[in-house]
Amino acid sequence: MKILRTLLLCLIAAPFGSAQAETLIISLSRENVLIQSNFAGERLSLFGVIDRGGDTRALPGTYDAVVTVRGPRGAVTVRRKDRFGPLWLNLDERRYIAIPAFLEILSNRSLPLIADASLRDEYRLGLDAQVPQQIASRAANDPRFRDALQRLRKEQDLFRESASGVKFIAPNVFQAAIELPGKAPIGNYDIDVVVFSNGALVARGTSTFRVAKTAVEQTVATLAVEHGVLFGIGMAMLSLFIGWLASVIFRRD
Amino acid sequence: MEIYLPIAEMPVDVFLILGMGVAVGFISGMFGVGGGFLLTPLLIFVGIPPAVVVATQGPQIAASSMTGALSYWRRKAIDFKLGGVLLAGGLLGTLLGVLFFNQMRRIGQLETVITISYVVLLGGVGTLVSWESLRAVAMSRKGPVKRRRAGRHAWYEGLPLKWRFHRSGLYISVIPILVIAGLIGFAGAVLGIGGGFILVPALIYIFRVPAQIVVGTSLFQILFTMLAATILHASTNHSVDLFLALILMVGGVFGAQFGARAGAQIRSDYFRVLLGLLILSVAVRFATDILTTPKEPFSATLTETVR
Repeated sequence: MKILRTLLLCLIAAPFGSAQAETLIISLSRENVLIQSNFAGERLSLFGVIDRGGDTRALPGTYDAVVTVRGPRGAVTVRRKDRFGPLWLNLDERRYIAIPAFLEILSNRSLPLIADASLRDEYRLGLDAQVPQQIASRAANDPRFRDALQRLRKEQDLFRESASGVKFIAPNVFQAAIELPGKAPIGNYDIDVVVFSNGALVARGTSTFRVAKTAVEQTVATLAVEHGVLFGIGMAMLSLFIGWLASVIFRRD
Repeated sequence: MEIYLPIAEMPVDVFLILGMGVAVGFISGMFGVGGGFLLTPLLIFVGIPPAVVVATQGPQIAASSMTGALSYWRRKAIDFKLGGVLLAGGLLGTLLGVLFFNQMRRIGQLETVITISYVVLLGGVGTLVSWESLRAVAMSRKGPVKRRRAGRHAWYEGLPLKWRFHRSGLYISVIPILVIAGLIGFAGAVLGIGGGFILVPALIYIFRVPAQIVVGTSLFQILFTMLAATILHASTNHSVDLFLALILMVGGVFGAQFGARAGAQIRSDYFRVLLGLLILSVAVRFATDILTTPKEPFSATLTETVR
């Protein structure tokens, strides 16, 4: 079943541009990450093969690959504390829309060596390109807020950048390890893979996977949302029961 | 050992949370306070979303106050009549508090208002309790404590609707009791706390209820307030986390057992010094938060997700 899925995935991996000879085939170790009660993160392996379409001439240079993994997107409010008399209060804020809740950028060497700034902007490579100045409020642009957003998310292990995350195991075959942390947000993830050669794009492919809760976790969550009153009454009864049970266990008199 | 929380959507260390439950349960059983004012900052510090923390406190506090209340009940140290009056006032205050809370959220700056209220409230109550009890300790060393002369009453005790509370040995008007309980319920709803740490000193200093009766009665009132809060949170914001609540409850009830026993053995004036210092230290912690230069002035909050 898993092999079949992988094969299907290989078939749908789209070739990029008709002028190029290279085709990128990517395969992901799994497309469903299920969260159980002992979930504390998971590693996914991605394999990529650059098919040169029967072109047997020697490669003019080497390939570079950049893998961008993006979690579900949402709006983020960044607030800044400032002095207000003797107090430090949240006085200033900026709102960013469509920010991925998880972002991992893996490459085989540092991004500036792979492509120049304009190409990196065009293909949205790197944290800066993925977290743009999209401000939903009327306040003026302030790069400090964007820097803070990136810094905070990096500290939480939700934004990552690794210039050694992609490894070429053969001149045209590479492997990348996607490390999902335990607090990986639930939802759909998309993966964008671009292959460069001598600073020019030669192939591009995409893939997706999903992070979801399994039976027990999902049942609890569904119950809590869809039958809130019953869930609340149940919780209240449970707390009374546990409280009573403890007093019985500990009763000495 | 890590366990994944289904509502908070993150893994936590079971033993860490269990330990926090035991510690807060101990304090809860000892002083007759819910412990929410301690648990909220602790859980948020671990990284659990504040909405889940506030909502999940209900069942945890309910479970440990159930255990505590039962053990005081066996010792006949609960004044149910007084508890009922407190509950009536408290529920009314809670309702008004929830309305005020939503209104404030619409205006903005809720977080600041909450922090400042915490500092003022905890700081005020903590200072008052510490000062009064330290003075009482000092006085008791000098000689016998001066008792209030019979027939002397404060003006608020003589208001109409006078009821007799046998268990507490009181014959006073219910109006000031309802007002105090209402104010505490109001503050509790706005700040996400049970209010026991205000209720206990209020009963001791304002109404002169005996210390042992105070704790049992306060636990009784907190139990019902928290049951109501659990159902309200679960049906409105769906943030009560079953697994988190279970771990906290198990830790909390164990802690509360030992706390209740320890509380029965401490002299009541030392007991009040301890409670005062505890409240004061939390106030200081909140005060440093807004008074000192923050290490990280920025904070990022996810406001809406598209899945």
